[in-house]
Amino acid sequence: MIKDKSKPGSLLIKGGHLIDPAAKIDAPMDVLLRDGRVAEIASPNKLRGGSDEKFDARGLIVAPGFIDLHVHLREPGQSYKETIASGTAAAAAGGFTSVCTMPNTAPVVDTAEWVEWLRSAERGAVVNVFPIAAATRLSRGASLTDFAALQRAGAVAVTDDGKPILDDEVMRAALRLGAELNLPVVQHAEDTRFTEGCPMHEGPTSFRLGLRGMSAAAEANIVDRDVNLAQQIRESRLHVAHLSTSDALKAVRRGKRTKARVTCEVTPHHFTLLDEDVGEYNTNFKMNPPLRSAADREAILVALADGTVDAIATDHAPHATHEKQVEFERAAFGITGLETALGLAITKLHRDHKISLMRTVELFTAGPARVFDLRSRGSLAKGNFADVTIFDPKKRWTFEAAKSRSLSRNTPFDGWQFTGKVVATIVGGRVVYRGD
Amino acid sequence: MIPGLHSSDKQKPARGSLLGIEHMEGKEILALLKLARRMNPLKPRPLLRNKRIVLLFYEASTRTRSSFEIAAKSLGAITTLVQSSGSSIEKGESLLDTGYTLRAVGADAIVLRHPSAGAPHLMAQHLDIPIINAGDGMHEHPSQALLDAFTILKHKKSFKGLHVAIIGDIYHSRVARSACHLLSKFGVKLTLCGPAEFVPEVAATLAPGLRVSRHVEEAVRGTDVIMLLRVQKERLGGQKIGLQEYIAHYQLTLSRLKLAKRDAIVMHPGPIIRGLELTAEIADGPQSVIIDEVHNGVPTRMAILARALGKAK
Repeated sequence: MIKDKSKPGSLLIKGGHLIDPAAKIDAPMDVLLRDGRVAEIASPNKLRGGSDEKFDARGLIVAPGFIDLHVHLREPGQSYKETIASGTAAAAAGGFTSVCTMPNTAPVVDTAEWVEWLRSAERGAVVNVFPIAAATRLSRGASLTDFAALQRAGAVAVTDDGKPILDDEVMRAALRLGAELNLPVVQHAEDTRFTEGCPMHEGPTSFRLGLRGMSAAAEANIVDRDVNLAQQIRESRLHVAHLSTSDALKAVRRGKRTKARVTCEVTPHHFTLLDEDVGEYNTNFKMNPPLRSAADREAILVALADGTVDAIATDHAPHATHEKQVEFERAAFGITGLETALGLAITKLHRDHKISLMRTVELFTAGPARVFDLRSRGSLAKGNFADVTIFDPKKRWTFEAAKSRSLSRNTPFDGWQFTGKVVATIVGGRVVYRGD
Repeated sequence: MIPGLHSSDKQKPARGSLLGIEHMEGKEILALLKLARRMNPLKPRPLLRNKRIVLLFYEASTRTRSSFEIAAKSLGAITTLVQSSGSSIEKGESLLDTGYTLRAVGADAIVLRHPSAGAPHLMAQHLDIPIINAGDGMHEHPSQALLDAFTILKHKKSFKGLHVAIIGDIYHSRVARSACHLLSKFGVKLTLCGPAEFVPEVAATLAPGLRVSRHVEEAVRGTDVIMLLRVQKERLGGQKIGLQEYIAHYQLTLSRLKLAKRDAIVMHPGPIIRGLELTAEIADGPQSVIIDEVHNGVPTRMAILARALGKAK
């Protein structure tokens, strides 16, 4: 990786094909970045004046910097799994220029001090870090945190990810307070009263393996309830994290039809894999929500294409080997995902399912930027932050977990061959990752 | 370097491992059963002399543990029993670390009983010695299925054309899953019977030739073999169906047994609860082969161990 620590000067990205869904641009364009911002966008060879550096983007797609709404970077407290520095290095290698970090760390990020700590330059982040703070104290689901203080400190949303807010009144109060502050409430939708001791999706595979299954209803029922609340509470913003079932999608569609401010994200593993891929207890296929049925995956692919899904988010969840090399029921939930997201999206969505590059890029840029109101990001309009992702949509490559920038290796995609590879990641005008 | 104490990389299970019936081929099963018929615990053969077999039991067991131990000793092997209580497992040692430790003290094979489905698979992926699954959670109990097949073939000429009913708590039963896989491979027609809590519709997807019935009379009618499963009272507690209701609808009684073929046999992996899943007359009656099953466990497990350690001649 090449890191340029100097003050960003000007960089001309020349000869590339710009895809900027927010600006509805899908054309050959040169992009000039200066002083950390987008200075100019123009048709090829029309830009006058010099630049300190040039980037030859011939044959490549130039896109707004990718935004991941859902990552676990494990700091504070679990730096043996990941650090802000290692996790953001993996993000850069995956083409992400911004990541939103989940608060289920040790301790839980439920105070303004911890939000500031996460954003401090001392963490060594190479991409933008936007903390999501806990919605309730210690994420215990009982009393709300100080949303206003968290927001002032830089939190872009609140959630008790991993520990869903089950209590109707607490969820109602969270959405109300969020509405006052224009702050999204992110819900990991799982009715944990029905999923205790369930390490995977309920279906023929869980029955065959003798494992207790999480029903699809355990997700859909919570999304259903939350959408109802979002409809009742004016201006409230509900974001459904890592949506995985067909029935939950129906609830989201219902919310969107009635103009409730409901958004949702989907992970690359849920649009790629099925519950049966767990095989003989492979714990690198264990995550929460679990891999679902073929019908659920089909519904997700449709929703990705038709605009119901707002963003692709990785739910990057690194774990140490000793937390995965245990009995399936005892293994930690979660897989890494930052470095495989673009490869999976181009391969599965664009190549196999014929979803346009424009729409695919939207799911990584304009879509997520809208969900959390990340101003001046998600588009390369003049004056916006100079966050750029440059990728080769045709390049074939093989992902090797051993070479991952993450501190952890828990991925189901080791050895997978992908079409579509990140060539360069630029954050604030600086190249933070350069691939081959 | 101590063998077996390396590699976090996954490997194929060592030859001779017995993790489950599902992925075994029919001819492998028949070969094992043939070998079992040549085994006789009363005529010990020192096929496994000086071999060290560890019985690693994370759950209580009477039948399986004692018959594996007697089987191993009848073949001249040295056995060591390691149980979760009184071992480092109590101190929080992981399953794999326990496996590496047992390998390092010289285990040639491990017989594992574990409450988590897939535990033997995990061990087999990381150890270079045969792992024998002696029951993993709700998943499989392959040695039980093999001894049941052995028992069936003692009473029936072949599997061809057989009708088998399995009645009881299929959902929680590793015995049922292994039996379904095994019998299905030989074209046996299987009826799974019980309330929806115990026999969900999805059970029929386990293997070809399975169907689900909610009526014990329908399930039993015309069958050659009736396999009963233990019903745990504590499980009925959390279910919609009560104990008395279960007995009324699903208990095997003499009048229900009469619906089966005249030469039908009644099987049960034990432990049986008289008066719950079956009446005492059935348990002790002429069609019951329940004690015979236990008896057949020893030669079957002798065959499994001989195969595991490459002495299947």
